Amino acid sequence: MQLIYEKHKEGRRGFCFSKPDVPQAKPLDVKYCRSKDTNIASLSELDVVRHYTNLSRLNFSVDTNFYPLGSCTMKYNPKFTERIAAFEGFSQLHPLLPQLAGGGMLAQGSLEVLYEAEKLLAEITGMIAFTMQPLAGAHGELTGAMLIAAYHKDKGSRRKYIIVPDSSHGTNPASAAIAGYQVIVIPTGKDGYMDLEQYKKYLNSDVAAVMLTCPDTLGIFNPQIKEIADMAHEVGALMYYDGANLNALLGKARPGDLGFDVVHINLHKTFGTPHGGGGPGAGPVGVSEALVDFLPKPRVVRRSDATYALDYHYNKSIGYIAPFYGNFGVILKAYAYMLCLGKDGLIKTAELAVLNANYCQARLKDYYDLAFEKACMHECVFSAARQAKNGVHAIDIAKYLIDKGYHPPTVYFPLIVKEALMIEPTETESKETLDVFIETMIEIARLTEDDPIRVKQAPLNMPIKRLDETRAAREPNLRWKS
Amino acid sequence: MSKMNYTPHTQEDVKQMLKAIGASSIEELFKDIPQALRAKSFNLADGKSEIEVTNHLKKLSDKNATGLINFVGAGFYDHFIPAAVDAIVNRPEFYTAYTPYQPECSQGWLQSIYEYQTAICELTGLDVSNASLYDGGTAIYEAAMMSIRLTGRNKIIMDSGMSLIYRAMLYTYTSNLSIEFVEIPVVHGHSSREELFKHLDDKTAAVILQNPNFFGAVDDHSDVVERVHKFGALAISSVYPVSLGMLKSPGEMNFDIATGEGQSLGIPLSFGGPYLGFMAAKKELVRQMPGRIVGETVDSDGKRGFVLTLQTREQHIRREKATSNICSNEAHCALRAVVFLSLLGRSGIKEMAELNYQKTEFAKEALSKIKGVEVKRSSPTFNEFTVMLPRRADDVVYRMIDKGFACGFPLGRFYKGMENYLLIAVTEKRTKEEICRLADSLEAVL
Repeated sequence: MQLIYEKHKEGRRGFCFSKPDVPQAKPLDVKYCRSKDTNIASLSELDVVRHYTNLSRLNFSVDTNFYPLGSCTMKYNPKFTERIAAFEGFSQLHPLLPQLAGGGMLAQGSLEVLYEAEKLLAEITGMIAFTMQPLAGAHGELTGAMLIAAYHKDKGSRRKYIIVPDSSHGTNPASAAIAGYQVIVIPTGKDGYMDLEQYKKYLNSDVAAVMLTCPDTLGIFNPQIKEIADMAHEVGALMYYDGANLNALLGKARPGDLGFDVVHINLHKTFGTPHGGGGPGAGPVGVSEALVDFLPKPRVVRRSDATYALDYHYNKSIGYIAPFYGNFGVILKAYAYMLCLGKDGLIKTAELAVLNANYCQARLKDYYDLAFEKACMHECVFSAARQAKNGVHAIDIAKYLIDKGYHPPTVYFPLIVKEALMIEPTETESKETLDVFIETMIEIARLTEDDPIRVKQAPLNMPIKRLDETRAAREPNLRWKS
Repeated sequence: MSKMNYTPHTQEDVKQMLKAIGASSIEELFKDIPQALRAKSFNLADGKSEIEVTNHLKKLSDKNATGLINFVGAGFYDHFIPAAVDAIVNRPEFYTAYTPYQPECSQGWLQSIYEYQTAICELTGLDVSNASLYDGGTAIYEAAMMSIRLTGRNKIIMDSGMSLIYRAMLYTYTSNLSIEFVEIPVVHGHSSREELFKHLDDKTAAVILQNPNFFGAVDDHSDVVERVHKFGALAISSVYPVSLGMLKSPGEMNFDIATGEGQSLGIPLSFGGPYLGFMAAKKELVRQMPGRIVGETVDSDGKRGFVLTLQTREQHIRREKATSNICSNEAHCALRAVVFLSLLGRSGIKEMAELNYQKTEFAKEALSKIKGVEVKRSSPTFNEFTVMLPRRADDVVYRMIDKGFACGFPLGRFYKGMENYLLIAVTEKRTKEEICRLADSLEAVL
């Protein structure tokens, strides 16, 4: 499709402002002004609407396609939460209003949402308190790592290391590193669990924290999680919970009960807010009692007269990590989702997410090698190593699925599984949807034997074929030029 | 009545699926979680219907005072959002998709981001843009870290005319790293060049300047940038994008990196987020940039297409050696920005900036006629300006709420000694009549 800049025509307008109602003022001195105009495109409103509407149709999305992208929890996003977030009382509220003298009363509705959402998340995870400020999961990780550093500093120790398993999300070591830590990577044993011998070897009083995902990125719940936490605590290290996979545990187990001290939650995964093509998300961080004092400022408190206020009086706080109170619009949608599902709905969410993943695993395990022969939780991880012997790699399977109208599973992650295919169906998909997807996966496994070239040619039904990614990186063309 | 949880499973479905799995119950699927590790509590209310939740939250939204006539800015502005922006971005093919890892089924997103990157480059006058960051503050932090990696130095000089919110964030993020910060005082509305040059040396990684600054003052930083480059340091700009319809761009001043908060480009105020951090830079810095970047390439038939590129910078490949930990960014807000800019077109962007400037000048005139109010005029401004009041500004703001105005931001909240100063923002949404009423009401409460 043409770029919007290639559709530009001087003189067209997609929006007009009101005629100036104030007298013409003295113009700004030219030395402060730009010397040439931008090359932003000028089009009619219809041109712009048609351009982006047609672009939107080139995307697969949850509303149009099954989207079993592992680790991303691409569940259905209820529509009513969108309408709520668009209420003018929420969408037009300036974030500085409650910071004005007496201004707390101007934002009682939004402050209550933040306060109550925090309470719900605390109960769901078994943590004492939350900050709603982190703007995405990885931002939550960085916040968590800073909380951990503040905790140790307060104890008078400066620890150097954060431990992560080799199956972890890439954000975990990246967040630890930019917070100023060195990263120790523990390998996964043959049983699919973190290698406990290696873990013990590296665990010492220089370790600030252990960052884990639970269930882990292989979709497996490690029954020794409590022992791992106990060992960390024995040397004074903290336990960090990457909440990417919390969907599997709702009402079944809580990170706080498992011994975790710091938790981040991806509201856009577990609590049904849309992923927006790569954000905005939200990554609230919960803590155990020992870390409450270090949470970012300000915090939302409920006063004795049942009003809500911002509280800045936390001497040990790590400070400010976001411009305001978090991605409020996202938090609001997640709050509406939690209220709607309630206790039983959230438990059912975990149960059916796990049922769907196990169903996919059970029906596909004769055709694809399981990464580890274990019952899975909310996602199952296969290896296409068997198919790769015939020249059909995970990427080829992904492209063939696209041809058949499926967004592919996550491929080549976790890094420790060769030719990984990570399938997370989520609870909102029906048996019928899973059945036809499974049939397609079986068809691919058969084609791999009979006609591997057919798979490797895919996609053939899309507007474009496979793209030259090497060229994109070698000769970067990152913007249109006039 | 059945409770809503958006799952389609009938009892028969569950039975058949369990049979295929070889399990006798759903509970059996959770057998790997030992009983001792089960949730000790899950004390939540029962689910509510869509009607109940909608009504409850409507009531809460009505408790927020969004009916005030708004003159509060301070980096976050009440601009008009054309209806077509919402109509486009609310297409579920956009908002229920995720990061375009698979290009063949994500061309809509990838091309939109490429177009967004182009728009940001055009506005800032720089060569390359990433796909977005969380907000204006994290964008400054990422730019500062880029400068430290690129120069191997660890001293950052920053403008105290840069929002206190952003300076505070920068301190938090770097609290465990060895970075030396110097803050340059604001004199007569601008960062003191004398002070800045005194601290600039060959240990300096970057100088960060905001334009217009927190007080609304505009500046031409070309001379500062030239001096910064002589010391081998990088010049980083934090800029308000709407002003770029009119003001000299960071590129024209030869800045190396431009960052900013994109909220004013079609994104609702929404009580502080989601917002949009943008970042553009000179092309030689691209391999140190954080976050997603989309590039153009061709498919196997030679047809144009778009992909996520230069991914060896990123956490999912480089892990602890990545340029940033960012994964999810603010793609949907970036889409709002590019749609907003495309609707306005190149002349609309100029007009919007011009309208903001003109109305602000009018407001300055109107307020300067009030006895006891001094409009600060030591520097030209864009769409925000400072007035000195004869009494505490926070008290005045409080009284003005009763008159139906959020009349400005009391500067004493962020700057010691400025208790009597008020920061007033005027966007294209404010009418002459509202500005005159603001002046009348202000006169009445003083």
